[in-house]
Amino acid sequence: MLALKAINKSYGKRLILKQLSLTVNDGEVLAIVGPSGAGKTTLLRCISGLEPIDSGEIDLNGQPFDPYRNQNQDSVIGVVFQDFQLFPNLNVLENITLAPILVLKQPAATAKAKARQLLSRLALADKERLYPYQLSGGQKQRVALARALAMRPQVLCYDEPTSALDPNLRQEVAKMILSLKADGMTQIVVTHDLAFAREIADAVKHVTAL
Amino acid sequence: MNGIVAQWQYASQIMPSLLLGLKTTLSLFVLTLIGAIPLGIVVGLGRASRFKVVRQILGVYVWIMRGTPLLLQLIFVFYGLPIVHIVFQRYNAALFAFIINYAAYFAEIFRGGLQSIDPGQYESAKVLRLTYWQTVRKIILPQVMKIVLPSIGNEVINLVKDLSLVYVIGLGDLLRAGNVATARDVTLLPLVLVGIGYLLLTAILTFGQRKVEKHYSYYK
Ligand SMILES: Nc1ncnc2c1ncn2[C@@H]1O[C@H](COP(=O)(O)OP(=O)(O)O)[C@@H](O)[C@H]1O
Ligand SMILES: [Mg+2]
Repeated sequence: MLALKAINKSYGKRLILKQLSLTVNDGEVLAIVGPSGAGKTTLLRCISGLEPIDSGEIDLNGQPFDPYRNQNQDSVIGVVFQDFQLFPNLNVLENITLAPILVLKQPAATAKAKARQLLSRLALADKERLYPYQLSGGQKQRVALARALAMRPQVLCYDEPTSALDPNLRQEVAKMILSLKADGMTQIVVTHDLAFAREIADAVKHVTAL
Repeated sequence: MNGIVAQWQYASQIMPSLLLGLKTTLSLFVLTLIGAIPLGIVVGLGRASRFKVVRQILGVYVWIMRGTPLLLQLIFVFYGLPIVHIVFQRYNAALFAFIINYAAYFAEIFRGGLQSIDPGQYESAKVLRLTYWQTVRKIILPQVMKIVLPSIGNEVINLVKDLSLVYVIGLGDLLRAGNVATARDVTLLPLVLVGIGYLLLTAILTFGQRKVEKHYSYYK
């Protein structure tokens, strides 16, 4: 379970998140919905440790947890970025196995075998040797998802997973999220699409610009 | 017929001195690159760093090196510095001047390359819990190398030609060897041979540059 309690976050003098609290239960999907500029990406950056919070508390399984300073090798939060941020110099398989090998110290053969399982599950089995520039948007997103999953995160976050894709892929993304939920994955999905949020989420958290 | 034979004989007579000059040019070329590329990477990292003082000091260095003629720098090091009791031998003076000059150009190229990497690359690496150096080694530097290769290659080719400036401090390089022979024997042939020598060198380097760029063309 991940819980945020009374989080405040400013950029300079501008308050972006004010006394924000939320809870995601294990195995559930929380959607965070709000208009552009509401601070959704900022919130994900705080949860994933890319930005420090100014005040408030983040709890993981009931224990205080500081994603910004966490030096632990265990991956707690996984992120699928809005623009995916695959590594262009590495092929699909290398994108996925890089961190498991370097960080989790998995033997290369183990990391590859696990990556291939993820790829076939995400219908990318024949793409492992391709480079990111050779993939479609939807394929890139699934590689980004596989790369995050390979680190076995406790919570997986998505920033606007439908925004960079063709509208007709929206259903595919929803299916993907629900299929991971069926496996017990805890997920946080940021979106400005309320209908999409209702379709996938157990709970919806609304945020507005201050 | 006789004329051509005589020309050949003359060419083979002066060839040893031309090759000696070529040797000086080539050894300066290799040693300048060995010094200037690593120095350029370090200065480039410093120029892109978040420490303002470091950025500014290196900025002044780059400004001076790129804002004054290389010929002036060469003369300054060999004829100027002895006045303040810093004495270099001819060869070392040339090497020193070329390394600090070319490092400044390389540094600007590397800085541009580093700054053109999407900050999101560092962030996705960070979320995957890679360390800073793992990120630099596996993700950032390979991308920077690909970006800077064409510019670095062009500078390397310029270097071969720029090295003829060592003429001014009396170093016996390829150009001087040809010029001495031309002045002594009143014939154009030595200078033509020198020109062919430079053309061959730059052609080989251009070929090498293409090969290396091709090596990096497996992704976009
Ligand atoms: N690094 C930053 N520095 C200053 N202001 C920022 C920064 N990042 C985001 N902001 C501002 O914070 C507000 C919220 O941004 P963001 O979290 O990206 O919103 P959303 O993802 O909901 O569209 C915006 O007004 C944006 O301009
Ligand atoms: Mg956003």
